[in-house]
Amino acid sequence: MKGMAALPVVLAGLIWATPAARADEYRLDVRSVAPDTYAVIGATEDFDSTNGGNVVNCAFVVTAAGVLVVDTGPTARYGAALRRAIRSITPLPVVRVLNTHHHPDHILGNQAFADVGIESAEASIAAQVREGPAFLDNMYRLVLQWAAGTELHPATRAAVAGPFELGGHRFELHLLSGHTGADLALLDVTTGVLFAGDLVFHGRAPTMPHADADAWLASLDRLANLPATTLVPGHGDVTRPASVIAATSDYVRWLRDHLEAAAAAGLDLTDVLAQTPPDRFRPLAVIDAEYRRAVLQWYPAIERRHLYRPRP
Amino acid sequence: MIRLLLFLLALLSVRAAASQDDPMGTATWPARQAELFGDAPVVFDPRVRVMAPPVAEDPLQVPAAVDIDASLAPRRVVVFADYNPIVKVLAFEPHGTRPYLAFRLKMQQSGPLRAAVLDATGVWRVGHTWISTTGGGCTLPALARGDAEWERRLNEVWARRWRDGPHAGRVRFRILHPMDTGLAPGIPAFFLQSLTLTAPSNRPLMRLDVYEPVSENPVFTVDLPPGTSPASLRLTGRDNNGNLVEADIP
Repeated sequence: MKGMAALPVVLAGLIWATPAARADEYRLDVRSVAPDTYAVIGATEDFDSTNGGNVVNCAFVVTAAGVLVVDTGPTARYGAALRRAIRSITPLPVVRVLNTHHHPDHILGNQAFADVGIESAEASIAAQVREGPAFLDNMYRLVLQWAAGTELHPATRAAVAGPFELGGHRFELHLLSGHTGADLALLDVTTGVLFAGDLVFHGRAPTMPHADADAWLASLDRLANLPATTLVPGHGDVTRPASVIAATSDYVRWLRDHLEAAAAAGLDLTDVLAQTPPDRFRPLAVIDAEYRRAVLQWYPAIERRHLYRPRP
Repeated sequence: MIRLLLFLLALLSVRAAASQDDPMGTATWPARQAELFGDAPVVFDPRVRVMAPPVAEDPLQVPAAVDIDASLAPRRVVVFADYNPIVKVLAFEPHGTRPYLAFRLKMQQSGPLRAAVLDATGVWRVGHTWISTTGGGCTLPALARGDAEWERRLNEVWARRWRDGPHAGRVRFRILHPMDTGLAPGIPAFFLQSLTLTAPSNRPLMRLDVYEPVSENPVFTVDLPPGTSPASLRLTGRDNNGNLVEADIP
């Protein structure tokens, strides 16, 4: 029993050592991408307990009338770090906060901006309320201690599509869909920066849990026609708009057509999972995991359309 | 203390040597083997392939397929998930089909999914794969429980045969059934029990025993051997309440 007595001492040592290390402090990658405009770029990875869910892009525009924030990140602690980053750049207050859509990595930092009042599309607010509790549980499971203290704060103000002016910047808010049932895209006409949310992925395979391929492709066509010169995607580096919009369309269209063809040819779900996306998509981060996820999410509904009701 | 540990370790190694070591590394394999196969000989065999995604995010609908080397001439195949509260998933007898079946199941927690094939010599040959899942699949109510329509459409069959192309001979069918395990509070077990696919000659091509862990509204994929093309197939079966499944698949 002598050896056993040492164990609680060792455990106590571990418990004390952890907070001192502060390995769970977000280090936000804040980049100036245009006049007054900052993008906060996350890793193109899946959520895990090492990256704390810092796998998403948020952004903010510092106008003369205050700061407009696009998306709030995956946890309360991320939201607080984002707010500190804004404070380190400008003493002006945050005056508008948008959630581009209801996915957890874009809304679970809302807590840090609850005093401002958060806007999102009406259907996105409903989805935040409906699915938020499950998202929150899952975020705790995925990123562990990084999520500590995070609560669900759904957006409360229904965003209105159309042009608006804020502190010398002219904006256009576009209400689209396809990545989810309601996706906002914000164009800053003054700087030419398009905040595309998760309608556009750059260098990372798109996520599909609430996607509608046809609606998504139609939304991407609309984004391609906007007078933007710089695009901040929901995931991946800031870039010029045309090629990255086309690349996202290419993947969404390929996946839709691939799964339709597979269902028509009689493939079982396990057959489709065993396939891999073509070489042109290999450079995309987490392509294999996202392909499998999308197949699991989409194929059951598609294959049903290829079965018939025989006479009993 | 140490002496006791050594004794326990020695005991374990004797126990393990009695059966073949589990390549999946579960501690429960000897118990599973005893309960499913008794004293019959059991070996692990790579010719029994179990396919499933390594990560199944939806524990209610985990896709899986069993594909067996035809040289094993399987008489009966038992599919089971070691860590499910109801271990047996289904069993099938591929009398007139390729030794292959694809289906979907509920997984209660991460663990192995295995298929055991009874070969012509009376040996059980086991293949497996590991599935990681968030769990809870067996103790949740069927989604249909939130929908008033399911009772009217119970046992409705949706199906299709592929007569040419790369999957000529393939038959896929989906049966509307809640497949309640009886483990969700207040909902008794209610599940499809037996299904048979027959040729016009009444020859059974595939016989299936279905257990509670098979997914709600199950989808099955079966392959008829190349070159056989019966004019029409008949699917019959029943659930544990005696409701019948009947459909002609042209």
